[in-house]
Amino acid sequence: MPIGLQRIQETFFDPAILWQALRTLVVVGLPNTILLSVLASLIGMAVGLLIATGLMAPRRLVRFPCRFYVDVLRGLPHILTIYLIGQGLPLAGLSIFGRDTYAYAALAIGLIEGAYMAEIFRAGLQSVERGQIEAARTLGMSGAQAFVYIMLPQGIRRVLPPLTGQFILVIKGTSLVFLLGLTATQREIFSIAQDAAINSANLSPLTAAGILYLLLTVPLTYAVNNWDRRMRMAPGSSR
Amino acid sequence: MSADVTGPGIRFERVDKFFGAHQVLHQITLDIPKGLTTCLIGPSGSGKSTLLRCTNLLERPQAGRILVEGQEITDPKIDLDRLRTKIGMVFQHFNLFSHLSVMDNVALALRKVRGMKRQEAEAVAMEQLGAVGLAGFERRRPSGLSGGQQQRVAIARALAMKPDVMLFDEATSALDPELVKGILEVMRDLSRSGITMLVVTHEMRFAREVAGQVVFMDQGRIVEQGKPDRLFDAPESPRLRTFLDQVL
Repeated sequence: MPIGLQRIQETFFDPAILWQALRTLVVVGLPNTILLSVLASLIGMAVGLLIATGLMAPRRLVRFPCRFYVDVLRGLPHILTIYLIGQGLPLAGLSIFGRDTYAYAALAIGLIEGAYMAEIFRAGLQSVERGQIEAARTLGMSGAQAFVYIMLPQGIRRVLPPLTGQFILVIKGTSLVFLLGLTATQREIFSIAQDAAINSANLSPLTAAGILYLLLTVPLTYAVNNWDRRMRMAPGSSR
Repeated sequence: MSADVTGPGIRFERVDKFFGAHQVLHQITLDIPKGLTTCLIGPSGSGKSTLLRCTNLLERPQAGRILVEGQEITDPKIDLDRLRTKIGMVFQHFNLFSHLSVMDNVALALRKVRGMKRQEAEAVAMEQLGAVGLAGFERRRPSGLSGGQQQRVAIARALAMKPDVMLFDEATSALDPELVKGILEVMRDLSRSGITMLVVTHEMRFAREVAGQVVFMDQGRIVEQGKPDRLFDAPESPRLRTFLDQVL
């Protein structure tokens, strides 16, 4: 093997280091990454739905703060927001989760995702035909009832594919929480790989992390695309 | 004139409606007799659909009063949701709830608005679906039905609330020609039942045969009104004559 190729192989694909890192990555990192992604997405969906409703409110007093929230959190680099919320809240004396870095991390990512999911939900809710809402109102339903029984179930169903797509972004986004400093058992895929890479003075653990991320994200991406296509083709899915 | 039982089914008093700066209804004053079918005819853009949509306040007029069965729906203090349950409406594009089965389309408001138990609501829904010839379709989705069948579901959904008044907004305009007759047949049967109906339509034969009163509108004004034979056989205004020449 030429010397150049061999150096590349040793730097990125050292089998012993790669294998060793992979064990911790799968046992500790993978569950933490998934748990963090799920927690953050749940927070994001709750926040997103609330903000989406606010974005469609007739009152400017409600609409404006929601618009502001979405613009700011989508406009800031995620790394900055995570740092500000994850480090900032406890520093500012708002230690709502004590010293549990993990919870701040989930909150920070959840709040960011809330802004993106708000736009997704809004698109879904607004895609429900006005005529259906009118029909509900003529039957005597209040605006709130029409929202809950007619708009919400259809709006959410129509955005399930993009919502899952957003979940894929969350999985990758969780890699930023290494910033906040996690205890050994709390570390997710990236922080484990980063630590291992420093300790072994070799980048192979990061390669292992990359493989794991790809195993999560690529199949999900294909599943979402497939799902989306089937929903589009389903008769009457949007009418 | 509150709760006047002998009064008209619907009364419009000097109703003005604007969309932005554009005035679509000019001082409309009109009585819709109780228990009869009134057909609103006129060219598109004449304001007939807007007038219909004002009846249950899907559009709120800027001036004037509208009374339904003696109750003033334009009164800001009135319980609008409650009054709307007495006014059934059928739309051009059916507007069925596409995520719900045929059964749930009809039963939803019975449960959530009338507060019926599911079993009771479904019994009423079954009966109404049977009446429009859709027994056996309860579990289907709207998307699996023809336009004519969807409109029947929409009619059943409105009738299930036992309204005093029924509004039809070009109920057959979106249907394939061979399905129009069936829906008109359902509407004709309904008109014989003694319910007050206000029907915006382009079906002149239906208007002539079923209506007790025909109202011709043009450019946001009522131009002529009266018994169908009088309007169709001896139109007084040149505008109605021109219109009839074009559509008949």
